[in-house]
Amino acid sequence: MKFVEEYRDGRVAAHYAALLARSVTRPWTVMEVCGGQTHAIVRFGIDQLLPEGVTLAHGPGCPVCVTPVEMIDKAIEIAATDRAILCSFGDMLRVPGSSRDLLAVKARGGDVRIVYSPLDALQVARENPQREVVFFAVGFETTAPANAMAAYQAKRAGLANFSLLVSQVLVPPAIESILAAPGNRVQAFLAAGHVCAVMGIDAYQPLVRRYRLPIVVTGFEPLDILQGVAMCVRQLERGEARLENQYSRVVRRAGNAPAQALIREVFEVIPRRWRGIGEIPASGLGLSAAYAEYDAERRFGTARPRAEEQSECIAGLVLQGARKPPDCPAFGTRCTPEHPLGVTMVSSEGACAAYHRYRRPVTESA
Amino acid sequence: MCLAVPGRIVSIAEAAPLMRVGKVDFGGVAREVNLAYVPEAVVGDYVLVHVGFALSLIDEAEAQRVFGYLQEIEEIEAVNGAKEAP
Repeated sequence: MKFVEEYRDGRVAAHYAALLARSVTRPWTVMEVCGGQTHAIVRFGIDQLLPEGVTLAHGPGCPVCVTPVEMIDKAIEIAATDRAILCSFGDMLRVPGSSRDLLAVKARGGDVRIVYSPLDALQVARENPQREVVFFAVGFETTAPANAMAAYQAKRAGLANFSLLVSQVLVPPAIESILAAPGNRVQAFLAAGHVCAVMGIDAYQPLVRRYRLPIVVTGFEPLDILQGVAMCVRQLERGEARLENQYSRVVRRAGNAPAQALIREVFEVIPRRWRGIGEIPASGLGLSAAYAEYDAERRFGTARPRAEEQSECIAGLVLQGARKPPDCPAFGTRCTPEHPLGVTMVSSEGACAAYHRYRRPVTESA
Repeated sequence: MCLAVPGRIVSIAEAAPLMRVGKVDFGGVAREVNLAYVPEAVVGDYVLVHVGFALSLIDEAEAQRVFGYLQEIEEIEAVNGAKEAP
């Protein structure tokens, strides 16, 4: 497929590896924020192409993983309600709530439907006027335009039986919370390219200035990631701290103006709780006053935070890049994709799932 | 979740600006895609699609930069190497 295969060329990748090998003089830690990038790194073995001193830390950019447990419980509660249909992206179904998951509710007769797009959920609402149809609107900025459009079209059509259970989160506040944490080891960031395709890149400039570190907006194919790392390392070695855009074929400086306009109309910035991490100020989106009537929490009750689950799972540390999946004593034994202890093992973008799929039985130390 | 796939627009059904849709070809499989967020897109353009929405036009000239970067750096290294040589 055009714009995919050419960015997986092994010869060019080897050139990038050689460039990195001769430019590194000290150890550096670079964090990729997005779970999609983590997945590509582990799948294609990009971390193994890097010189010994360059470490990739995996970040919190997996929306499925950071959706707080009370939102999962609320989705489960709605799905178990007689008149309701809960529509969701497929990877939310196996995410553990505090006592069960959506798949278990579906197995017991709950009407849970997997959709590809939020607009599919809107169609379900049109076809079932006697039922309450709720779309589980999770995601980062990349998914916000789609979720905003579902709300906009519902309002425009006066679709009264449709609502959204919103758990939208934002990347820059999550980066800031990692940088501000005591003992932070991350010296440069690969910013998630698709988030920036929507929001533009200017939101990262204050972080670059305040924390004096390189941030490189980066794509998702192997060569994109290698170039992003090379751009970070070049800056680090030269003592620079700049915002650069590796993914210029897709990301414009100002982002997508019509998408931002609809996001501003439908949503407002609010604090959000991140599973395994805790509350981060101004780190999410909720429906604006003009769209409050489409808020599923208004119809079905507010999702109330509860104590974080206790288990040997270290998903919170994995999500913040402090530990890698094989560091967990339960990894691959008591915790597998079939019987997950934590969300990072469930989601296809979770770091634990990526290591489990591509790095077994060869462990990291082998 | 932020996975997005490049595809080529093969047709556009004109409608109100926020309701614009088209058919996008992903390596032989065509799907309907919402084009509300790429008002400038025309048939033949490549777009990046996420959960049924085109989020960005792909710039074909910029798409070559990942290959040009290596050469740029090698040229800089060659100049610096020449300067440092006794």
